[in-house]
Order: sequence, then structure tokens, then C-alpha cells
Amino acid sequence: MSSVLYDAPGPRGILRNRILTFVFAALLIVAAWYVYLKFDEKGQFDAALWEPFLQADVWVNLIIPGLLNTLSAAAVATLIAVPFGFVFGIARLSEHAWIRVPAGAVVEFFRAIPLLIMIFFAQYGGSAVLGLTVTSFTAVVFGLVLYNGSVLAEIVRAGIQSLPRGQTEAALAIGLRKGDVMRLILLPQAVTAMMPAIVSQLIVLLKDTALGFIVAFEDLLNAGARILPANFRNLIPAVIVVAIIYIIINVLVGLLANWLERRSRRSRKTTIKPVEAPQSVGVG
Amino acid sequence: MGGGALGALIEEFPVILGAFWLTIRLTLASAVVALVLGTVLAAMRVSPFGVLRGAATVYVNTLRNTPLTLVIVFCGLGLGLVLDVSFSESLSTNYLWLSIIGLSAYTAAFVCEAIRSGINTVPVGQAEAARALGLTFTQNLRFVVLPQAFRAIIAPLGSLLIALTKNTTVAAAIGVAEASLTMKSLFEQHQDSVVAIFFGFALAFLVLTLPTGLLFGRLARWLKVAR
Repeated sequence: MSSVLYDAPGPRGILRNRILTFVFAALLIVAAWYVYLKFDEKGQFDAALWEPFLQADVWVNLIIPGLLNTLSAAAVATLIAVPFGFVFGIARLSEHAWIRVPAGAVVEFFRAIPLLIMIFFAQYGGSAVLGLTVTSFTAVVFGLVLYNGSVLAEIVRAGIQSLPRGQTEAALAIGLRKGDVMRLILLPQAVTAMMPAIVSQLIVLLKDTALGFIVAFEDLLNAGARILPANFRNLIPAVIVVAIIYIIINVLVGLLANWLERRSRRSRKTTIKPVEAPQSVGVG
Repeated sequence: MGGGALGALIEEFPVILGAFWLTIRLTLASAVVALVLGTVLAAMRVSPFGVLRGAATVYVNTLRNTPLTLVIVFCGLGLGLVLDVSFSESLSTNYLWLSIIGLSAYTAAFVCEAIRSGINTVPVGQAEAARALGLTFTQNLRFVVLPQAFRAIIAPLGSLLIALTKNTTVAAAIGVAEASLTMKSLFEQHQDSVVAIFFGFALAFLVLTLPTGLLFGRLARWLKVAR
């Protein structure tokens, strides 16, 4: 293997690498053993704490309902955030300043402030200003839509801007109107390029639903960190199981993103490179 | 609304200032720990030892696919209450440290990826040329690879710092009274000026994040590797 950092090792190098591999493996095992002992000291491996996960009704009554709430919040937020992203992303490219500037201000504002304070604002502002009772579900979806919609707007804008200028010029030259240029020429090519970035942002959205825990939304994290420990006093096992569920879902969606990226690279519809996802750090 | 609404912001100004000071301290402390841990993880991920690469890969993929709220709840309740990890006699200081552990453990996974992709931006030909000139492994790192990699990671690290500043609000999940939790309790005390308080806090976050973005953006352009 020739990398930027290492030359291909010779016979002595290979021997040294093997010895060091064993040393590091031993160190990692010692570290893992230490963690195991610490958990064991507090009785975290007692069968009683893990046994609930073998009962069907624990899954049916406690974990699955939380999972469904998480998935439905993510699904509703996605269905609203994606059109939001397209509308604001295209509006930011408008020739009219009175459309472009406000759209830009909205997108930049909601990208720069924490998602959690939007959720709190939806909760308290809804009742204080509009006199409505805002459920925790609505508050979570409100925040997710504004934040992720704004990030998606940036992806859409980058996707359209990454197209060669000649596309627009040629389309206008054959007499298409501005709306038709966007609808028939730019969007079909840009969507292919930005699909992977959109899907990775949707993973961030899914992870961010866990913020609902803070406003007592009965999601998957709530099942693992509040309901199960209240019933079985097994916080650590419950949180670990819930984390595994989150990881499985995210890895599956991530595989979808990779597949879409390979597909868009193969696709002959466009020659442009896929849009890079903006630092998908995500809160949640 | 009107003057009365802004009144709440002026009246509570010391409280708000204190909350944001805590947010800043949380951000800086977590940033330092995450940078150190992330660098170690990145070194593991590019090392020639399969075990270290594997361990770091498992760490990064686990943390990146877990919600931050879950990580912080695990640190606060799991480490704090169940495993009795303690840093301080005072309960609130202890939760502060536990939230720093959670934030930096989570951010370190992203720092690791930023550094790794920074190293990957250096073309292999650079290192091959360095070896052809007779530079040793450390000389290659010091004079050729790291100076270029470092410049490539400035912009991603800047976005991570901004994300971390916003992510400190999640410490509210274990009752750390940083900006977002303070905003929530001010909402409860001043129900007639919720909108003014929200925009006050949003503005304060803009003041924290926008200059960071400008600074790192300028640094990245300034130090960009001409290639």
C-alpha cells in the first residue's frame, strides 16, 4: 500500500508493524477490560437489566411506539422541509432582489441559530402569541423544518449553481421562458447531482428528532432514557439498545445515500459532479 | 409587546450574559478536548496498524450515527448517576463536566474525519517526490504532508466550531443552565415577551457564530494551498 504517509514497508518494517499491532491490540483489550470491570462493579451486566429486551411486550408497548413517533416526526419534517428547501433555494437565485434578499436572510438566520431554541420558541411562542396549544410533536417538526429546510435550500442553490452557464444560455437562446429553463433544463440535472447531499441531510434530520426528548416528546430516546429505566431501572442497557436502533436506521439510510451517489455518477443525464453535503454535523 | 417586551431583555440582561458566558466556556472546553481526541483518532485511522484503524473506525461510525442528545443523556445519567463518575462535589459542576465529555466525544468523531480528509487532499505524488529526494518519514510529515493538510482542514474545523457552539444547547438535556435552558426559563417568567426574548437570544447566537465563520473563512482563503 502506498499512501501519502507511508512508503510500502520492507521485511523489517513488516515485522515491526506486526509486533506493534500486537502491542496496540493488547492495550485496546486492557482498556476494554477496564470498562467491562467498571460496568460489572455497578452490576450493569445483571441479567435482570437486560432480560426486558427479550420480552415481546416491552418491544410492542414501549420501544416500537417510541420508534414510530421518531419516524413519523422525521417523515413529516422531511415532507415539509424538502419543498421548503427547493422554494428558498430557487428564490435565492432569483433575479429580483426583493425575492432573493429576504429568502437569503431567512436561510442564513435559521442556519446560524441552534435548533433547540427554535423548538422552545415554537412551544412557548405558539401559546403566548397565537393562543394555541403547541404539542411537542409540532414544536419538534417546526424546528426541524426551519433548520433542515434552510440547509437543504443551500444544497439546492449549490446544485443549480454547479451547472455550466451554457445550459441556461442555450435554453434561453431556443426561446424557453425563465420558469421553463428552471423546470425543464436546470432542475432535472441539478436534482441528480444533489440527491446524495439531500439524503445525508435527511440522516441529520432523523438524528435531530432526538432533541424532542428535551421537550418531552415521546420518541425513541424517551423510551430508552425515561420509560424503560422507570420500569426496570436499566438506564445504561436501555440507552445502549436504543443507540443501536438509531445506528442501524442511520447506516441503512447512509447506504441509500452511497447507492444514489454511485448511481448519479454512472448516470449519463449529467456530467456535473455530485454536490458536496455541507458539513453534515447535525445537532440532535 | 413594544417597550414592555424589550424591558424583559434589559431587566434580565445579567442573567442572559451569565448564560452565554457558560455557553462560551462549554464551547471552548469541548473544542479543546475534541481537537485533542479527534487528532488522536485521526492518527489511529491513518496508521499502518489494522487494530488501531479498526478501533478508530468503529468509534467514529458509532458516534456519528448516534444522536447527540443520546450521547449527552448517556454521559449525564449513565456515567453520572449509574456509574458514579464524579468530577466535583457540586452537582451542577459535575453535570457541566459530564456534558463537556459528551460534547467532545461526539465532536471528536467529526474532527477525526475532517483531519483524515485533510490528509487525503495531499496528492500521493508529493510524498513520492519527498521520498525520492531522500526525506525520512518524519521529514516527509513535517515539511511536506502536514503543512498542506493543516491548511486544508481550517475551513472544516471552523464549521465544526460553529456547529459545536450551537450544539452546546443540547446540554440542556441534563439541566446545564446554558443559553437555551435560560431562554426557556425566561419564557416561563415573562410570558408577554416571548418573541422579544427569542430574537434576543437568536441575535446573541448570531454574534457568536457569524464572526467565527468569517474568521475561519478568511483564514482558509488566505492560507489556501496553491495547486
